[in-house]
Amino acid sequence: MNSLLRSNVTVVWLVLIAVTAVSWWFGMGPWENQPDHWPTATSLMLVLAFIKVHLVMRYFMEVRTAPVLLKRICDVWVIAVCAAVLAMYWR
Amino acid sequence: MSVATTSKLKNLPKSAARTPAAHLPGELGMWGFILADMSVFALFFLFFLGYQGAEREVFLAGQQTLNVHIGAFNTIVLLFSSWFVALAVGLLRTQPAQRQRAANFIALAGLCGVLFGALKTFEYWQKIDAGLTLTTDHFYMYYYAFTGMHFVHVIVGVALLGVAWFHLRGTKPTSMLLVENTAIYWHMVDLLWIVLFPLIYLAR
Repeated sequence: MNSLLRSNVTVVWLVLIAVTAVSWWFGMGPWENQPDHWPTATSLMLVLAFIKVHLVMRYFMEVRTAPVLLKRICDVWVIAVCAAVLAMYWR
Repeated sequence: MSVATTSKLKNLPKSAARTPAAHLPGELGMWGFILADMSVFALFFLFFLGYQGAEREVFLAGQQTLNVHIGAFNTIVLLFSSWFVALAVGLLRTQPAQRQRAANFIALAGLCGVLFGALKTFEYWQKIDAGLTLTTDHFYMYYYAFTGMHFVHVIVGVALLGVAWFHLRGTKPTSMLLVENTAIYWHMVDLLWIVLFPLIYLAR
């Protein structure tokens, strides 16, 4: 049981919590009155969200140890959707 | 390790000797459904940003009426639930006899799902009470539509966790596939909220 709590899954979960805390801080509005910084902050938050998605897929959904085809499909999904979202935001 | 086994391993390429066999968690059909569902949500993300670009003032004003703290707290709640589910799957795989403990983790994940739903309902109630409804503007139309679609997924996920919990609590052998299918569905619910939260609550 203790080894389970010390597993990769727990380390990844702690990273996910830490990244969420950073996004939460962004949401508190450190750049509330500086609209020039909004596009950079938003892009960074969205990239962080897709890094979290990648970690959830790899470690929680166990894509890391899944057949290669599923790994590639998930990698392509994350990269393509992240790129499309950023392109739509910056257009 | 016997000499024969050692020599067999020596003949394998290094990568093959180190890499365990690939394992597809859950059923192929479930993965097909999940990838299709995630792609529909990807279109929702693009749709939302498309309207945000066209109606910046409306979206900024709408976003300022949202409660970022509830959104962020709900992200943490779903991360806890995903962790509990991952611990349950890991426990069943390494120590199949520990199904009672696994059932407890699944129950904790389900309770997190219920907490998420309660907070989301409170948030909806606050907005509706303030006169902010589906017909207020495009921001609120998409806010309710996309978070509502996600909420439906949470309800289905909690029901699936309930079924898995029921099976694990019983004495009959439980299919690992049932638990894995439930787990990947629940992680998808978490994953979609991970993008919806910054997109709707924070993106400016």
